[in-house]
Amino acid sequence: MKIVVCVKHVPDLQAERRFTDDGRVDRGQGDGTLNELDENAVEAAVALVEAHGGEVVVLTMGPEDAEDAVRRGLQMGADTAVHVLDAAIEGSDAFGTAEVLAAAVRAIGAEGPVDLVVTGMASLDGLMSVVPSLLSAHLGLPQATLAAELTVDPEARTVRVRRELDHATEVLEASLPAVVSVTDQANEPRYPSFKGIMAARKKPVVTWTLADLGVDPSDVGEAGARTRVLEATPRPPREDRVLITDDGDAGLRLAAYLVENRLV
Amino acid sequence: MIETAAAGSAPADAPVLVLVDHHDAGVRAPVLELLTVARGLGVVHAVWFGDGVEGALEQLGAYGVATVHQVTVGDGTAPLPPSAAEALAEVLVASGATTVLVSSTFENKEVAARLALVADAGLVVDASGVEREADGRVVTVQQAFASTWTVRAEVRAGRAVVALKANAAPAEPVEAPRTPHVLRHEVTLASDHGVRVVERTPRAASDRPELGEAQVVVVGGRGTEGDFSVVEELADALGGAVGATRVATDEGWIGHEAQIGQTGVTISPRLYIGAGVSGAVHHRGGMQASGTIVAVNNDPEAPIFEIADLGIVGDLFTVLPQATAEIRRLAAER
Ligand SMILES: Cc1cc2nc3c(=O)[nH]c(=O)nc-3n(C[C@H](O)[C@H](O)[C@H](O)COP(=O)(O)OP(=O)(O)OC[C@H]3O[C@@H](n4cnc5c(N)ncnc54)[C@H](O)[C@@H]3O)c2cc1C
Ligand SMILES: Cc1cc2nc3c(=O)[nH]c(=O)nc-3n(C[C@H](O)[C@H](O)[C@H](O)COP(=O)(O)OP(=O)(O)OC[C@H]3O[C@@H](n4cnc5c(N)ncnc54)[C@H](O)[C@@H]3O)c2cc1C
Repeated sequence: MKIVVCVKHVPDLQAERRFTDDGRVDRGQGDGTLNELDENAVEAAVALVEAHGGEVVVLTMGPEDAEDAVRRGLQMGADTAVHVLDAAIEGSDAFGTAEVLAAAVRAIGAEGPVDLVVTGMASLDGLMSVVPSLLSAHLGLPQATLAAELTVDPEARTVRVRRELDHATEVLEASLPAVVSVTDQANEPRYPSFKGIMAARKKPVVTWTLADLGVDPSDVGEAGARTRVLEATPRPPREDRVLITDDGDAGLRLAAYLVENRLV
Repeated sequence: MIETAAAGSAPADAPVLVLVDHHDAGVRAPVLELLTVARGLGVVHAVWFGDGVEGALEQLGAYGVATVHQVTVGDGTAPLPPSAAEALAEVLVASGATTVLVSSTFENKEVAARLALVADAGLVVDASGVEREADGRVVTVQQAFASTWTVRAEVRAGRAVVALKANAAPAEPVEAPRTPHVLRHEVTLASDHGVRVVERTPRAASDRPELGEAQVVVVGGRGTEGDFSVVEELADALGGAVGATRVATDEGWIGHEAQIGQTGVTISPRLYIGAGVSGAVHHRGGMQASGTIVAVNNDPEAPIFEIADLGIVGDLFTVLPQATAEIRRLAAER
């Protein structure tokens, strides 16, 4: 099986995240990491290849630093990596992102057919949870998103996904090749072993530009974006915060607070 | 691909499509908020997948719907997002709408994205507000980075698809309700998009309000050590929903659907009460937009106190029952 895993480099959740004055995510603070939820995607892919054989290609689109994201994927056991790097990509919306990733998946497929594309359930900066579905539309492949459980039947060439939605639990079955996204319930991502880290140093990271992929730069990035940020402002901190210590009547004070603020 | 609409070209009377989420008992609550918001954008057309629209017409009319597009896809079962998007694209063209509103659930976000892709529309998800400027442009408001930033964005494309969060705006009926006009669409899809539903188990409805829509949510974390009774009792006294941290759902103390946070449900109730919750960044991502935040934690250093309007350093097993009893006593007095 050949599996492509899409991984995004995002600002560290624990660091102070901010927008630049022109409304872009500040990615220049050097504290980016592999999107945690994409570790679940890498884990799912590596585990499938351990079970059924094959290879895992990690794919990212993003600035120079984004190479760290695919490096981490290689340390976790992916075999090769692709980094789409092009100044024209900056400022892409969800559609630009999906178009570039789809073109890269096709290019990877040209070197041997891809059976499965795996993504995380969301990137922890944009949090849109739409790229997998858009990828599926671009590639004309079935989608089975938000997998809390994922199984592949290589003989039948199907993938089965159990997912928990707001109002129901579903089991979906899609034919391969397909696009799946996995949630943080799907598995426990492994920590790269010392061996994994050493091995990753020798694994190749291929860099492609938009021209290599035949993507028109005016379709993506700022130029192609269908939405534009007008203004990004930090929210003012909450005012009049109160911290009390229970002296035996905190429950009564809680009730009084709710009454006073007309919350009951 | 359907024909591109020119930027800012929306005629003032172009309809606004609103996707109506519904279940056996009728229209889901966030839809009424969407309809209220939609009235500020144009003539409201509702889209209803499947049967049963008759029972909801009065309510849809009360919220200002002029026309209902009743859509049957294939054999009439609820379509998966790729099929729903394809069907919605047909309604979009037939109605001449340039703006589409859906409520921001995972499935609807996918429907929205795939619809926007074929309709050449701009997409904004998890919006907390949407308006139309005098020149016709659609402008949205979103909360980013665990609600520590507010982002205003404009749609540059000629069409806009916006997924609105629940509790984004109060639902208000119109003064002069009318009965909507129903248009039926039978959509035949070229394919099933290569995927089928093997099994679908609807979750049993609870007596409490739905988490994503509730005005009050009481959340239990690891500090409950698995005993959610005090959390539930406070929630019931307040008429609220019960939520949990991932630790609590991973432990199996409560179902995964109760998880609040970055990988669970995002909520913005008027009142959030966290008990035995530390306030990890993943959790905050799903609740920091709440109106008033109350935290009960026995560790004065717990990070949740950094964002709590009222922080109580204390044991949840004494504070919560005392509060519950007092709230019930006050309610009985009234
Ligand atoms: C706060 C904020 C708000 C935004 N709002 C909008 C908006 O309203 N409309 C809009 O069109 N764009 C918006 N964007 C831009 C959008 O987030 C990016 O274009 C992004 O690349 C796609 O969305 P996502 O990161 O949310 O991806 P998601 O759909 O959440 O990502 C799901 C998965 O797709 C894969 N993936 C996503 N991006 C990449 C990548 N670059 N490389 C490799 N794999 C990837 C990963 O596996 C990831 O887990 C916003 C960005 C931010 C930071
Ligand atoms: C990729 C990823 C995604 C995640 N997504 C989510 C998510 O969506 N939602 C989510 O919630 N978490 C999520 N998490 C987990 C998150 O990081 C935290 O681990 C989790 O939120 C902590 O839960 P908690 O507050 O219940 O537990 P803890 O952090 O252990 O806190 C328990 C608190 O209870 C207090 N306490 C103990 N006993 C009492 C008592 N008797 N009375 C009062 N207080 C008491 C303690 O002082 C402590 O502050 C995610 C993690 C990862 C890695």
